Amino acid sequence: MEAVIVGVGLHPFGRFPGKSAMDMAADAVRLALADAGVGWPQVQTGFVGSLEVANPDAIVGRLGLTGIPLRGVFNGCATAGSALAMAARAIENGECDVAIAIGMDKHPRGAFAADPSVGGLPGWYGQTGLYLTTHFFGMKINRYMHDHGITEQTLARVAAKNFRNASGNDKAWRRTPLSVEEILASPMLNYPLRQFMYCGPDEGAAAAVLCRADQAHKYAGRPVRVRACTLRSRRIGAFEVQSPALPAGEPTPSPTVDASREAYQLAGIGPQDVAVAQLQDTDAGSEIIHLAENGLCKDGEQERMIADGETEITGRLPVNTDGGLIGNGEPIGASGLRQIHELVLQLRGAAGARQVPGKPAVGYAHLYGAPGVSAVTILST
Amino acid sequence: MTGSGQVAVADCLFIWPAAEPRLIGGRCAACGQVGFPAGAGCERCGGTEVTDTLLPERGTLWTFTTQNFRPPSPPYDGSDTAETFRPFAVGYVDLGGEVMVEARLTEPDPARLTIGQQMRLVIVPYTTRADGTEVMTFAFAPAGDEEE
Repeated sequence: MEAVIVGVGLHPFGRFPGKSAMDMAADAVRLALADAGVGWPQVQTGFVGSLEVANPDAIVGRLGLTGIPLRGVFNGCATAGSALAMAARAIENGECDVAIAIGMDKHPRGAFAADPSVGGLPGWYGQTGLYLTTHFFGMKINRYMHDHGITEQTLARVAAKNFRNASGNDKAWRRTPLSVEEILASPMLNYPLRQFMYCGPDEGAAAAVLCRADQAHKYAGRPVRVRACTLRSRRIGAFEVQSPALPAGEPTPSPTVDASREAYQLAGIGPQDVAVAQLQDTDAGSEIIHLAENGLCKDGEQERMIADGETEITGRLPVNTDGGLIGNGEPIGASGLRQIHELVLQLRGAAGARQVPGKPAVGYAHLYGAPGVSAVTILST
Repeated sequence: MTGSGQVAVADCLFIWPAAEPRLIGGRCAACGQVGFPAGAGCERCGGTEVTDTLLPERGTLWTFTTQNFRPPSPPYDGSDTAETFRPFAVGYVDLGGEVMVEARLTEPDPARLTIGQQMRLVIVPYTTRADGTEVMTFAFAPAGDEEE
């Protein structure tokens, strides 16, 4: 039985002093339940993800102690993709009629800091200043620009678009538009990536309520079909984050490519059908690379596509219509469900001022992060 | 001979002190995969018989970036501060077409680094402990520098 999303809820992303991640998540769940017209006691199973909250399943204390199985999931930046996938699977497998996916996080300011042992890496890697995911993003886009003729101007255009989209989203974090010139004048952090080309860790929560497609009429929210949820880890030879060494001369596709191909195949939907996409934009370079890795263009085409405005809300292939990670920041456990929230609004035609014109029918969500893991979700009307 | 008051950041990463320092990789007995640092298991086939192998001291720069702010500390243990921090570069160097190793680069200016350029291994201090001991790590320098 196919799973459909009947309700979505989003707590704004940003900084909320004095408010816990779990309180934000409870707000997001209540919004999703209200959107679906579902009471918490009707929810039969759930999957909840967080980096900072060790027991995110304790959220039942705020929602109602109904005794349902609520399972914690974690896959780095792909966490919310896993939460949604498992909720959809629970319905597809006939385990339950109504399921929920929840994500929450509340990160301290600044670059992520952790002991390398949490990622299975040796201590010297952190001591000598190599344990920064941002090195990977700088090195991957530097090589990509060298190989495929992408310019610094294009990096800045992507960031400017995402800030502009965020400025029209009252739940986004960074809502001040920035010009290409301002972005190119911001301090270099990891060549060729500058401060305003990066997303930052922040706070927020999101949730989605799913049910059996044949029961969707019982609920209030206009259903959106879950056509595919995939998750893939890195293969030997892929150029991946947090790798002290990699095999040479053996270019292997990123797990994004693997997750994307599998998702298109499962959905019976091709890249040409995608009407609106949410792509992991940890930095502006990532959005550019992920356009190609998700089959949405050929390597190098981005230079012209972005100059021509094709990825703008009014363009041929709108990308990160709510501002993406650059505009919203990244509360890791919640980030992927923010993407799903945005796609559901877009496919319902309920995205307000940032609505993609032409009644989009297929939405595509993509996550990527350490230690080389990618999740793809395809939704349709 | 390297002077006293210097220690390697970790054992088993590189042959040092030595006239010609080398990185110590691991070669899988089952499939021949070369990894760095040498670990207990093979990333390709899962084999558990991995033997030490010295990696070439020269290679080509595959890609690079820079670190323009002081890394979060811990885990970074440089003796600098946010004010005294000096940006450094990081890259992957292709050693003999078998393995690419991620390392600090001695040239911090991205305008003076080029994908494809020749690099050579050096052992450099990256921090000084409170007692004055310099802690050494591996890095790659443009091969044109300080040619004998």
